[in-house]
Amino acid sequence: MAVQLDDAVDKTAPRTGKGGAPPGRRSPRSPGRRTPPARRTPHPPTRRAPYLLLLPALLATAVLLGWPMVRNILLSFQNLNMKELIQHLTDWRGTGNYQEILGSEQFWRVTLRTIVFTAVNVALIMVLGVLIGLLLARLGKKMRLTLSLALVLAWAMPVIAATTVFQWLFDSRYGVVNWLLDRLGRHAMAHYDWVGTQLSTFFVITVLIVWQSLPFVALNLYAATTTIPKELYEAARMDGAGTWKVFTCVTFPFLKPFFLATTFLEIIWVFKAFPQIFAINEGGPDRLTETLPIYAFTEGVGNLHFGMGAAISLLTIVVLLAMTAYYLRLTIKQEQQEENEL
Amino acid sequence: MKRSLAGRIWPNATAVVLALGFVFPVYWMFNTAFKPTQDIVTEDPVWFPLHGTFEHFATAVNAPNFWILAGNSVLVTVLAVGLSLVIALCGAFALTRMRFKGRKGILLTFMVAQMAPWEVMVISIYLIVRDADLLNSLLPLTFFYMLMVLPFTLLTLRGYVAAVPKELEESAMVDGCSRRQAFLKVVFPLLAPGLMATSLFGFITAWNEFPLVLVLNKEPAMGTLPLWLSQFQSQFGDDWGATMAAASIFAVPILVLFLFLQRKAVGGLTSGAVKG
Repeated sequence: MAVQLDDAVDKTAPRTGKGGAPPGRRSPRSPGRRTPPARRTPHPPTRRAPYLLLLPALLATAVLLGWPMVRNILLSFQNLNMKELIQHLTDWRGTGNYQEILGSEQFWRVTLRTIVFTAVNVALIMVLGVLIGLLLARLGKKMRLTLSLALVLAWAMPVIAATTVFQWLFDSRYGVVNWLLDRLGRHAMAHYDWVGTQLSTFFVITVLIVWQSLPFVALNLYAATTTIPKELYEAARMDGAGTWKVFTCVTFPFLKPFFLATTFLEIIWVFKAFPQIFAINEGGPDRLTETLPIYAFTEGVGNLHFGMGAAISLLTIVVLLAMTAYYLRLTIKQEQQEENEL
Repeated sequence: MKRSLAGRIWPNATAVVLALGFVFPVYWMFNTAFKPTQDIVTEDPVWFPLHGTFEHFATAVNAPNFWILAGNSVLVTVLAVGLSLVIALCGAFALTRMRFKGRKGILLTFMVAQMAPWEVMVISIYLIVRDADLLNSLLPLTFFYMLMVLPFTLLTLRGYVAAVPKELEESAMVDGCSRRQAFLKVVFPLLAPGLMATSLFGFITAWNEFPLVLVLNKEPAMGTLPLWLSQFQSQFGDDWGATMAAASIFAVPILVLFLFLQRKAVGGLTSGAVKG
């Protein structure tokens, strides 16, 4: 989802090559491919055709993504607050915004918080997702269908709708969670205010994000395990390998590209998570659950310090790039290999 | 391979518990939406909507601007996904079937664009849209949503275009079709499932988008449903029945679309992930 979508977009990305390739992406090239098409076809395509076909997509990307990006970089060197905005002033500030942010304790605290938050969520998602995926592979047909349907339902739930439902589940007075905890003997939790403290707010957000992300990992992992040749498992069992040994020696090595792609996509997705955190408590209490994207948003749009906000958002992108550099390099390498095969 | 009784029971037991866990929030949303208020505001939860009522849906639907916002959401989503499908299909065709200079660079551009952190770019987008005097308009939303789904659509469609045998196209051209005709009459019909699958994820993204509309369209009548839903609870106090009805109304189109297209989309893309 896109992040959701956007999360949906990001979340579904590995399917374009890893978990299960779309049909035929790597299909054997037809022999006819090697002869230049111009010689075989009666209507030779003009040389401009590919560029014309790509023009709308490239133009849209340049205007709607490239320009905001450039503007963001320019903004980050400007002093742009309410006054400058209204009077249409351009006040260049050099690296002032960056110096201020990098010198502030707040920024580093939020950065550290974001990294820990991302790490905890991704670890939970990957471990539980893999376990559920392996469970799916072990189940009988009917049970597997049931669990798959439940997973698909959770997966399809729109982010904002899910966030609202989780607010209701964790409602302090009539929420089911507090009722259940009370029943289980934790009477102190009967009217617990989940969004009252930093840790409990993060707990709710984490449960929400993990609940939303598990189906993607689990279903894809299950789909990927079906591509592993059965003989490998039989051989491993024959050699007396236990469940854990089978996983580390057969499943994991075989699905390494899948694990890599999924982990990094989840990192990107969790790191960028905006609606969940914002809609649950707007980064509160006392801005204690702000992650970098929310921090940039509150500083820029909320407090009307657009220059500062832009600088924070660029630093956020740098942190994200640093966290995913390894994967990006791998993807580019792989893409170049495919290119050479063409 | 024989397994002990316990070995056969625990996977199924775990699966049941998990399935309940994943379904429960969705179920609880519908359940709350259909319960009369006295069954919602109780010390002990009422597990089934035995005294079902539509009053909460009436409250939600009669909320100010609901129909306008729903119309906005549908319009923006459909236009954005439709536009991106057309643009992406042209691009995907060029990238899979033609050789030309700069192909690699263009491909990389889209791969990078796919990871664009839109959430943190709202500040500059806000200023650009403001300078163009287009705040509180559906036009910028449509275009930005279109671009949000474009890279993914293009890269995924590439796989589907490649899956259509080149020979089909060539033989159509030998039979006298122009390249354009060959594409429209032979390749395009074969791409239909791929287009549907890809559009599903586009729909979800555009339907769910939140940060951008939050910043760009502050005017109550120019928002979309995610914005409406996120503010619903604070507007209606703690009317959880109406809030859950609103959430249901927002979620149902996507849930239905997902369940309908799920076999094609998820099945097609992940080669059988959800086929029992």
